[in-house]
Amino acid sequence: MLRPFLTDLHIHTVLSGCAEVEMIPPLILQQAKKLGLSLIGITDHNACHNVEAMIEASVGTGIHVLPGMELQSKEEVHLLCLFDTLPQCQRWQEKVLKKLPALDNKEEAFGSQFVVDSTGQWVRTEGRLLAASVDIPLEDVIAEVRSLGGMVIPAHVDRPSFSLISNLGLIPESLDVQALEVTPRFTPATGLKKWPQLKAWCLIVNGDAHRLQEIQNRTLFKIAAPVIREIALALKGERGRRILVDWS
Amino acid sequence: MTSLRAVIEKLGLESVSSFSFSDRTVTGGYASDLLSCTMKGAGENYIWVTLQSHLNVVAVASLANLAGVIITEGNRPDQETITRAEKEGVILMVTSKTTFAIVGELASLGVRGESPIPESP
Repeated sequence: MLRPFLTDLHIHTVLSGCAEVEMIPPLILQQAKKLGLSLIGITDHNACHNVEAMIEASVGTGIHVLPGMELQSKEEVHLLCLFDTLPQCQRWQEKVLKKLPALDNKEEAFGSQFVVDSTGQWVRTEGRLLAASVDIPLEDVIAEVRSLGGMVIPAHVDRPSFSLISNLGLIPESLDVQALEVTPRFTPATGLKKWPQLKAWCLIVNGDAHRLQEIQNRTLFKIAAPVIREIALALKGERGRRILVDWS
Repeated sequence: MTSLRAVIEKLGLESVSSFSFSDRTVTGGYASDLLSCTMKGAGENYIWVTLQSHLNVVAVASLANLAGVIITEGNRPDQETITRAEKEGVILMVTSKTTFAIVGELASLGVRGESPIPESP
């Protein structure tokens, strides 16, 4: 039986230097609940250190947490990498850390990167700069994430920076993904006129939330279970699975 | 107007294109790693300097009918990109030098960077 899942698959936590301190598990879940979400993706820059705490905090809330990260590829394109399980995501994390330049975070410039527990208590401060480019080409990211059982969705393609369209000019013909993310500011009326290429794509809206107020509830999945396989079917509109985006 | 051949020789670039392009001339230059900006900012027969080596570099160069692309900082296009460049007639050159250094050398050869887009009043 298919069930509706209202989603935001792109939410940052305090591990992302640019996120507000309010982005801790209990508050994210409280806001998600308020918005009627039942499926969220936790996607910090190139890292998933707070996913375990988020999953722990979500137990009993009716909100399913997908482990993930917002990867910055070699081309400086931001890509949501989403997985079903934490071990899958952690295997990807190992590969990512090997290709992330070993730089120290400069808190005054990039913000603090906090690892927290399920209550939001401080556990440690990540000292390595996470928000840098990982030296893996876009197409390899897509293939490797998939081989680990995950899925890639290019992030905020309508943004003037760190996006597929801004950095690579156009969407590569052979791009092997099922959907593209647009920002909450995107409207089909102007967006599809500006980027006619997007007409051929399944588009979803996420918040790319760095503060609670930015979490969105605009994308609804009709799927049998909150898993990558089902999400992929919905994005392709196959086997009755589908998505509904509120463009109003 | 400078010949592309002269640019390659004077800057010590390595061309990864196998086809003949002896008659190609360079009318200006543009540097950016954002391909969306190159689509707007580079004029026809301009030489483009970037450290991006993605397949889309060929698509953008072909669309804008650029004289050629100099890929900097030791980045090398993969075989698929080279094959596409051959097919599209896009001339790819590589160098270990930085974009800044290459642009400086191009300027000293007399290659200018006027925007092909008229300035808004």
